[in-house]
Amino acid sequence: MYSASDFRKGLKVQIDGEPYIMTDFSFSKPGKGQALYRARLRNMITGNAFEKTFRSNDKLEKAALEERTMQYLYCQGEEYTFMDNVSFEQLEISKAQLGDAINFLTDNMDVEVLQYNGRPIGVTLPNFVNLKVTQSDPWVKGDTSGSDSKPVTLETGYVVQVPPFIEEGDKLQIDTRTGVYVTRVKE
Amino acid sequence: MISLYGLHSRAVLIQALRAFFIDRGYLEVETPLRIPAPAPEAHIVPLISEGWFLQTSPELCMKRLLAAGIPKIFQLCKCFRKGERGDRHLPEFTMLEWYAAGSDYRDLMKDCEALLRYLAAAMGKDGVLEWQGRRIELAPEWERITVAEAFQRYAPCTVEEALRKDTFDEMLVEHVEPHLGMTTPTFLCDYPATLGALARLSPTDPTVAERFELYVAGLELANGFSELVDPVEQRARFLAEQKSIRMQGRDCGPLPEVFLDALETMPPAAGIALGVDRLVMLFAGANNIDQVVAFTPEGL
Repeated sequence: MYSASDFRKGLKVQIDGEPYIMTDFSFSKPGKGQALYRARLRNMITGNAFEKTFRSNDKLEKAALEERTMQYLYCQGEEYTFMDNVSFEQLEISKAQLGDAINFLTDNMDVEVLQYNGRPIGVTLPNFVNLKVTQSDPWVKGDTSGSDSKPVTLETGYVVQVPPFIEEGDKLQIDTRTGVYVTRVKE
Repeated sequence: MISLYGLHSRAVLIQALRAFFIDRGYLEVETPLRIPAPAPEAHIVPLISEGWFLQTSPELCMKRLLAAGIPKIFQLCKCFRKGERGDRHLPEFTMLEWYAAGSDYRDLMKDCEALLRYLAAAMGKDGVLEWQGRRIELAPEWERITVAEAFQRYAPCTVEEALRKDTFDEMLVEHVEPHLGMTTPTFLCDYPATLGALARLSPTDPTVAERFELYVAGLELANGFSELVDPVEQRARFLAEQKSIRMQGRDCGPLPEVFLDALETMPPAAGIALGVDRLVMLFAGANNIDQVVAFTPEGL
């Protein structure tokens, strides 16, 4: 069981026997009032989503999912193909089911494929991945617009905010749970 | 990622805050962070430290200073609240509190107007705050709306219905707060009497407390009230809060007896707590509290 204080983006839970993933989560607490946990939950099979506000004593069941380690091979259109490293069995997962994970998938990356009743429904990525910067505008020195970060595009097409010193070709560590830049990595 | 801009904004704002209160004759005070008995409040959980508690607010110690005859005081300090973590919450955060003898919550509202205008000038903002795509004008008189009016205008039920069905907090967060402080800052005033454990009830309408929350662009910034100075009434309210804490299965700790004794000599006064990290968020244009502190608990 997860209690409301365990809630976070990416948590996989079970409601009425079906697996759901928490795609959004926010904590609020009106002055002197009680803690409220607002979550957006997406059914991992049907894709249907809903929002609900929980209180601190509310609990959600952990999703009963099987996991197996597989390697990402390639994508064709909306379908992403993965291979079991031991049996060489291949399977496909749709772009919609992968959700934000497509922002961080690179060829030959090992991921945990999630299965529900034998059907693949999504993947769990390593918490941190290293991705190359493919496009970055030079930072305008003296920019006082109130920000000391700039956007860059990574090899997967994902756009992320980074400090001004990052340049094209740099490799960056990204936290896949939050999608946020962590640090520049040396090759 | 450490944001130099966030830290710079924080430093400038804190210097300006101090100047504002010192210019107006307030004495800056420091009271202990580690205390034996915090004010029991149903939804605020203190952290335990060697059998004592880390303060959730400096309120009780500051009121003891008022009772000791110091009429105008302010404090900038750390407060700790267990389990509070989100885009707008840190379990360790910076609070500004100020108290003035002889004033009431209407005076505090005027203080807030003067303070934010002063800070805007110090930050070179020219009377306008821009936050999350909103332009908030500080120069005109700020909106004042009672909780009852706000529910009538924005919520699908009245405040009485929400209290009866125990959905007040949900209604406030989902339906009311998103509308507050959108053109000027908003004072949400006159909370139901049961929702202000340390606030004085209105002499003209005892169903409400003389308490307000200040909102800017939907962000809750400060909570102020006319202080309850009746020790008998305060003890009864604390006991009710303790009962609610025990019903949640938590240990409510001892009653702050020294504070209750001090209330005997405390003059009528008003006091307010303002979240400094959120103030920095507003002025630095940050949408996440993490951007305005040097380190988050997860980054330590």
